[in-house]
Amino acid sequence: MMKKLVIGLFALLPTLSMAAGPSVPLMEANNDLTDKASLQRGAKLFMNYCLGCHQMQYQRYERTFRDIGIPTEIGQETLIFDGSKVGSHIKNSMAKDDAAKWFGAAPPDLTLISRVKSPDYIYTYLKSFYKDESRPFGVNNVVFPLVGMPHVLQELQGLPTPITEEVEEHGHTVTKVVGTETDGTGEMSVDEYDQAARDLTNFLAYVGEPSRLESEAIGIKVIGFLVIFFILAFFLKKEYWRDVH
Amino acid sequence: MSNAPVDNSRRRFLTIATSVVGGVGAVGAAVPFIASWNPSERAKSAGAPVEVDISKLESGQLIRVEWRGKPVWIVNRTPKMLEQMKQHEDKLRDPNSEEPQQLASAQNGYRSKRPELFVAVGICTHLGCSPSFLNGSFGEKVEGTDSGFFCPCHGSKFDMAGRVFQNVPAPLNLEIPPYTFIDDTTILVGEEEGVA
Amino acid sequence: MSVNVDKAANTGVVGKVVDWIDARIPMTRVWNMHIAQYPAPKNFNFWYLFGSLAILVLVNQIVTGIWLTMNFVPSAEGAFASVEYIMRDVEYGWLLRYLHSTGASAFFIVVYLHMFRGMIYGSYQKPRELLWLFGMFIFLALMAEAFMGYLLPWGQMSFWGAQVIISLFGAIPVIGDDLTLWIRGDYVISGATLNRFFALHVIALPLVLVILVFLHIVALHEVGSNNPDGVEIKRKKGSVAEEDKPKFKFHEYYTDKKDIVDAIPFHPYYTVKDVLGVAGFLIFFCAIVFFAPEMNGFFLEAPNFEAANPLKTPEHIFPVWYFTPFYAILRAIPDKLIGVIAMGASIVALALLPWIDRGSVRSIRYRCGFHKLNIAQFVVTFVILGWIGATPQTDFKTLLSQITTVTYFMFFVLLFFYSKNEKTKPLPTRLTK
Repeated sequence: MMKKLVIGLFALLPTLSMAAGPSVPLMEANNDLTDKASLQRGAKLFMNYCLGCHQMQYQRYERTFRDIGIPTEIGQETLIFDGSKVGSHIKNSMAKDDAAKWFGAAPPDLTLISRVKSPDYIYTYLKSFYKDESRPFGVNNVVFPLVGMPHVLQELQGLPTPITEEVEEHGHTVTKVVGTETDGTGEMSVDEYDQAARDLTNFLAYVGEPSRLESEAIGIKVIGFLVIFFILAFFLKKEYWRDVH
Repeated sequence: MSNAPVDNSRRRFLTIATSVVGGVGAVGAAVPFIASWNPSERAKSAGAPVEVDISKLESGQLIRVEWRGKPVWIVNRTPKMLEQMKQHEDKLRDPNSEEPQQLASAQNGYRSKRPELFVAVGICTHLGCSPSFLNGSFGEKVEGTDSGFFCPCHGSKFDMAGRVFQNVPAPLNLEIPPYTFIDDTTILVGEEEGVA
Repeated sequence: MSVNVDKAANTGVVGKVVDWIDARIPMTRVWNMHIAQYPAPKNFNFWYLFGSLAILVLVNQIVTGIWLTMNFVPSAEGAFASVEYIMRDVEYGWLLRYLHSTGASAFFIVVYLHMFRGMIYGSYQKPRELLWLFGMFIFLALMAEAFMGYLLPWGQMSFWGAQVIISLFGAIPVIGDDLTLWIRGDYVISGATLNRFFALHVIALPLVLVILVFLHIVALHEVGSNNPDGVEIKRKKGSVAEEDKPKFKFHEYYTDKKDIVDAIPFHPYYTVKDVLGVAGFLIFFCAIVFFAPEMNGFFLEAPNFEAANPLKTPEHIFPVWYFTPFYAILRAIPDKLIGVIAMGASIVALALLPWIDRGSVRSIRYRCGFHKLNIAQFVVTFVILGWIGATPQTDFKTLLSQITTVTYFMFFVLLFFYSKNEKTKPLPTRLTK
């Protein structure tokens, strides 16, 4: 009975999520770490659109290329823009002080962003920019209100317009932005942009924990091995305990 | 009244099987601990091949570059050096470089891919000191050979192809590192052509 | 497989080596006294696996910890980056780190279950009070070890968690402020704090833990193990009929003074059982290590993937799950000093169990129905407190935490009173299955 109780309690654990969610429900990223083509497209998007301001100061190019299936020479030619050596970290040369002056705060390092937030958050964030003339860069974000960065993927997505809703809050009626709608001025269709956001999310999720796939591949073998060991240990115990019973 | 194991083949079999599988598990568990001592990505990155521009290397001149924390010499040998190298082969321990201190592609009379351009790890094969380049003053160490390398620590002598002379403490010729010519004036130390 | 114990001179090379060693240190004698001929009650159940599992986890923590120090940089500037270096650049570094971080939580899981076993079977009662106290000291050392270890990755949660916990000492009247300053070695948590915590975490506290575990086992083997029936297996010399004695050979150290019933030698019977327990435990443990090392934010908290920033507090700060029941007691009380005292008292109360429980029947199996209810409510209380301590505060939760703080202490108060003249069931004369 006690055994079941303990096992039951364990089973409960994962349902009690501790992540403090933002006020807006997140969209599901549905990214797939085994999809190398998606990771490669994501890497390309990151190097082209993000790296100018955001670094991945703990992740190296070479390892990244190896893991996502890009031959080193091709990666060196097509994805390293500042002449860095292939073994070096993915960094930019933006001075932190300047950056803080331009954006109000230095753009955060993105190596671990998928673990600080979550892939769903990143995906939703990338899809939640909307036009807001009151902001310095003319855009705001649904999941990150008063965001300090421009919509860098605007040329791909276009500039979405906000969808608003009247909400009762503490007795007042407030207008809240609950979603966005594309204005169709971007290079990509809605589906294409969704895929681009998913690819970029996927790449960031990979960089957050580059050992994930390797870990699961080893984990399957380890657990298979342990099950065999458990079965042997079970019969060994039973055999010895015949003396006792 | 005894703990003597029951003589029972099933019990013996299960004990041995569990011990063997447990032993395999223990060895498997040791793998990550042992593997973590290998050079890390950082060490590998720092030990990556080094590009060297040799366009300004004059005849008879030696430059040193660092590769994996070791001094690598690049010498532009003069015709006189090359000539003298052939004449003292009887005084060498391993004139044909048969010991494995060598790149296969450089196992020739010059120990180099191009006759005049000598590339070697500048570390004495005796106890790890870095020999001095005696350019023109080597004659007092070995008669008839004007230039060579002399190790200040224990007096080992090497010729202009890094070949060790007899009767010195160093046992082997100087090591030739892997290197590649990227173009006429640039070499990449640390990587052999076609070998990653 | 068992080592033969006869005093007769051994033959063969191995035997001669054993004799040579035995003439110099008591290897065979210790093996026999504490393992091969140690009398253990024959009715240990599932709950008795967690002691050996705690030792397994301790070994895991020490070994992976030593390996992590090989690449960790204990400085405010280098710590966070060095953890990422371990996670990315060191071969299998991620595995070593996850084994250590998961091991920390696993340690508390097995220790809590181990303590709960002691509670339900009355293993703290006379003559095992000192055994229980050593256990409580292990628990305290473990909490200190975990707390200091948690600062080392130098993430946001490391920094702010340590900030909050160290501030607790500020509640102490008169010396509080000076004390917090002294603990930090700076006006904020800084590299100085990190370095001293590192030193304590990697050498001082592990040493204390190992010594306490040794004493815990010495105390256990002196008084003998309790069991799910709570009935002693050691009887007065001469009181047990020959046919009731077990068929196994036990060390004279035990049989000379007492007659023993219903016991089996620890080895091989409990060694094979513990091996089975280890295998089962490792399946769960490895599933977490390889597939869910963050355990949904319970084992590795998301804000800790962001480097410490003294100017920005994360939205919600929680201690790691194993501290949350005690943290909830602290938060339940709207006065800093009394809150700290209550939190301390909640642990001291556990340590005083041998004296709070005035009963003589140990096992929950033979105690009154009210005791069963009391233990059940204590478990529910503990889980609720843990949940509250790990989630953002709301008015409802504050009220709930106040109620459960009361029920937490009521467990001990009630136990103190009803245990004096408790109506218990008759104890069996021999161990049941």
